[in-house]
Amino acid sequence: MSDRSQLVDKYFRVDNLPHIWCPGCSHGIVTRALTKAIDELDLDPDKIVIVSGIGCSSRAAGYLNFNTLHTTHGRAIAYATGIKLANPELHVIVITGDGDASAIGGNHLIHACRRNIDLTVMIFNNNIYGMTGGQYSPTTPHTALGTTAPYGNIDRPFDLVRLVEGAGATYIARGTAYHTLQLTGYMKKAIAHKGLSVVEAISSCPTYYGRKNRIGDAVGMMQWMKDTFVEKRAYDRLDEEKRIGKVPFGEFVNIQAPEYTAVLAEITKRVEGRL
Amino acid sequence: MENKALLMQGNEACVRGALYAGMKFYSGYPITPSTEIAELSAEYLPTVGGTFIQMEDEIAGIAAAIGASIAGKKSMTATSGPGFTLKQENLGYAVMAEIPLVIVDVQRGGPSTGLPTQSAQGDVMQAKWGTHGDSAIIALSPNSVTETFYLTVRAFNLAEKYRTPVILLTDEVIGHAREKIFLPEAGEIETFDRLGPLEDRPYIPYGVEEGDIVPRFAPFGTGHRYNITGLFHNEQGFPSNSQENAQIMLQRIHDKLNGEDIIDFESLYCDDAEYVFLSYGSTSRSAIAAVNQLRKEGYKVGLFRPITIWPSPEKQIKELASRVGEICVAEMNLGQYFLEVQRLACGDTKVSHMGRANGDILVPEEFVARAKEYFNER
Ligand SMILES: Cc1ncc(C[n+]2csc(CCOP(=O)(O)OP(=O)(O)O)c2C)c(N)n1
Ligand code: SF4
Repeated sequence: MSDRSQLVDKYFRVDNLPHIWCPGCSHGIVTRALTKAIDELDLDPDKIVIVSGIGCSSRAAGYLNFNTLHTTHGRAIAYATGIKLANPELHVIVITGDGDASAIGGNHLIHACRRNIDLTVMIFNNNIYGMTGGQYSPTTPHTALGTTAPYGNIDRPFDLVRLVEGAGATYIARGTAYHTLQLTGYMKKAIAHKGLSVVEAISSCPTYYGRKNRIGDAVGMMQWMKDTFVEKRAYDRLDEEKRIGKVPFGEFVNIQAPEYTAVLAEITKRVEGRL
Repeated sequence: MENKALLMQGNEACVRGALYAGMKFYSGYPITPSTEIAELSAEYLPTVGGTFIQMEDEIAGIAAAIGASIAGKKSMTATSGPGFTLKQENLGYAVMAEIPLVIVDVQRGGPSTGLPTQSAQGDVMQAKWGTHGDSAIIALSPNSVTETFYLTVRAFNLAEKYRTPVILLTDEVIGHAREKIFLPEAGEIETFDRLGPLEDRPYIPYGVEEGDIVPRFAPFGTGHRYNITGLFHNEQGFPSNSQENAQIMLQRIHDKLNGEDIIDFESLYCDDAEYVFLSYGSTSRSAIAAVNQLRKEGYKVGLFRPITIWPSPEKQIKELASRVGEICVAEMNLGQYFLEVQRLACGDTKVSHMGRANGDILVPEEFVARAKEYFNER
């Protein structure tokens, strides 16, 4: 039996398949990488909570056979914060899109990073609003086309890695749907990390982003990922000129800092029974 | 908590009531005149092994509280004015996903930032209709510090029993008033915990047993892995586009709020009254004072006070309308519950309104003058 079908049988709600994603959408690849990471960590599925927002990416939650919570647009991290605080022994993993996480949910993202609460945030970044039909998102490149940017995007995009680094996340990595082996590795480390971890998973939306920007279909998008994303160490060795048009992937931050629920537990221990 | 007279603010009585009911989680964002509820929750909750967190905004405040409830903790959030507006989307989520939760709205003057430190009752319709779609809600309105305590306990009990958000709709006057209160001993009044899955059968997250109307609740992490969504969903909690399913689901969410024990009201001298004030929350205090004085003077006046604001006490208001000469709805707004009473009276009697929305509270003298006007003109 192939590795893939084993993961599907073990971690997907097969009764709820087929999924809603378009043929060639990378969200499935990223979701599979997540199940692979969970499998390799050998975690108790009863103790895993997946919280998602709204978007094509956020639909992944419903297909996974864990405790799954499909919330409102942008708010997944806030819901997840409540779950983690209520029961710190749970592994709480957020699945969110670039729009969900960094536009409508941007405030929750930065504040969760600042608190360093033990959540793992998986951002499925396809540089576009997929679910609503291809409008530009906070990660759509400057001048790229979207259905609400018919003459080219005027906005400048977020670099999500640098955004969450500035906000205080203690584990940060970027992977892609093309480099799945590495992506799975980052996800594993992120889930095991004590503190707020973020994995930006570069995904693709061939239906809207690919077509609109003439990058092509699923294969074209994969080729684009292969050509654009360079392993961080290799990227660092490139001279300035050769870096143009390239984006590094890899691990960017991996530090230890006091984690919110641990500090809270200490305070509670100190004051419990005082009233 | 000991059973002696205490001097307490309404907002503190709310927190004490919440703790009595078993609150273990509070998340919110500070705003006048509800802030004391956050401050006291921050102080008390860790002492009972509970958790307080100040979130980055009101949206996150309610979202985290819903999350904590899903993980099995009795949760509350409190707010006022613009904060109540920000909570509306996720309030609808809690209705749809059937998550127990208490939301306190200490009303202040609006629209917008309005009158931050002055009282109002302008959120009455927002409590009912503020979230989009055909939602269903319970809202309770206390008129004293003591009642704030008891209604907070009741809000938790109803939230747990019916798996629904419950709004405690107080106002600046009640929230900030200091009054004498006797707190009940532990165990003296009933507290209700949501029902868990039955052990002898497979758990169906949104399925209801024969004769029941509220699905049983399995907190996340207890071994029942299922899906929760704000989309219309089937019994397994998985999104469904079926119109038939949507109809059944929404109907059940509305029907469950027909529970006999949800409606609560106070009726003062209504039995033989000709002229009735209908008032709630802080405004009803002035109404009660006026009605007592008018009765002493021989006027056949009464007071009807909905304690459960939503769903409204339809049966009682209709019955009143069938036999009194006039119902005067007195509230601190430009005519909100008035519309509901008018709807229920349906032409059976005259329904008039007395109110304003400038922060100036309605005083007993105004009620007295208004009633006398009616009797003089008769
Ligand atoms: C409050 C609110 N605003 C807008 C929407 C409409 N909406 C649904 S998904 C979405 C964008 C999703 O984009 P992204 O998070 O990048 O995920 P993707 O679909 O690309 O995976 C929008 C704008 C909504 N559901 N709720
Ligand atoms: S619209 Fe784009 S993101 Fe959504 S499923 Fe289709 S390809 Fe994927």
